[in-house]
Amino acid sequence: MPSIEQELRTFIIDNFLFGDKNGFANNDSFLEKGIIDSTGMLELVTFVQQRHGITIEDEELIPDNLDSVERLSTFIQRKLAIAA
Amino acid sequence: MTVETVFSADVLKLDPAETTEHIASVLRAMIKEQLRRKGAVVGLSGGIDSSVTAALCARALGKERVLGLLMPEADSSDDSLRLGRLLAESLGIRTIVEDITPILQAAGCYERRDSAIRTVCPEYGPGYGCKIALPDLLNDDRYPVFYAVLRPPGGGAEKKVRLTAEAYLGIVAATNFKQRTRKMMEYYHADRLHYAVAGTPNRLEYDQGFFVKLGDGAADVKPIAHLYKSQVYQLAEYLGIPQEIQTRPSTTDTYSLQQSQEEFYFSLPLRKMDLCLYAKNEGIPVADVALAAELSVDQVERVFRMIDSKRKATRYLHTAPRLIDAIPEVHC
Repeated sequence: MPSIEQELRTFIIDNFLFGDKNGFANNDSFLEKGIIDSTGMLELVTFVQQRHGITIEDEELIPDNLDSVERLSTFIQRKLAIAA
Repeated sequence: MTVETVFSADVLKLDPAETTEHIASVLRAMIKEQLRRKGAVVGLSGGIDSSVTAALCARALGKERVLGLLMPEADSSDDSLRLGRLLAESLGIRTIVEDITPILQAAGCYERRDSAIRTVCPEYGPGYGCKIALPDLLNDDRYPVFYAVLRPPGGGAEKKVRLTAEAYLGIVAATNFKQRTRKMMEYYHADRLHYAVAGTPNRLEYDQGFFVKLGDGAADVKPIAHLYKSQVYQLAEYLGIPQEIQTRPSTTDTYSLQQSQEEFYFSLPLRKMDLCLYAKNEGIPVADVALAAELSVDQVERVFRMIDSKRKATRYLHTAPRLIDAIPEVHC
């Protein structure tokens, strides 16, 4: 089974990078690299909520939690741990 | 001796007589010599920007060569039509009212919008008021994710629902019919009269991409696109725009609930946004801007980042259709 990080990476590459993974690192800032805009962030949030059955609260919609594959993966694991 | 000048809103002060004269003379030459049209059509919303644009066109071309179009639809505020008429009367220009509701209904504008809203709020239906808003982006490093604000019929409590990408894009795509239908009517009358279409964006809107591509973003000439909002207000005063229009808050007039430009797009009052945009363009130190705009240094830095990110996100709105290979005979 793919890890959360791998799954997120695949989603980002397929949805926002036209399938082109060249030069995309898991610690790349989505905002600084211009990978995801605000509409893309809504897509990403919907994907994560549906895939992992978690609710991302309004106050959690901050770059510290969501701005790279690594950060988002850590955030999801934290949410899942709390839910469990 | 060195004289230190303090950065303040005074930097946006202009000489209204001189600016009016300059715009009018360039506008006249553009329409007559470059566009080779006989007059100008202006869509009047009863707001400050379209009022000043119409007044400048009347100065440049003569009031008899300007047509004001009033284009209300089902969600428009009654004030828009009333104030548009007031402006036209004060300028002495002729107007035509085109109620665009039937066109929007036929295109499915309202139905498509409502279906998109129902994906996040299934109970939404007739009688509901709605608008789209942003969270507070000035005081937190939040993502600019949009919310639908919904008011049930009978004046119940407003409900705020975070939008999914599908809902957000669906609502915006449907409501964009409004701006595009208005532009279609403007060009109908412009073609009929052999006139040009004058667009009404100010500098904030133009720079930050606050317009609909091929909707209010389309025009033959944009007489106030280089002016900051506070400069548009200065011209309005000089040009004698009716007081009620000068003091009317800026709204989008797109949704059934009143929606300010601030809550939908700019996240801070327009005069402060003006100052921040000017300062960013001119390389003014953040601390000086903070003092002048009565914001914290953190807030100004956040606004500067938002300006960059909006420029990036809306660049596509400004781009003309791209060709694979250049056609030098046309684009010389």
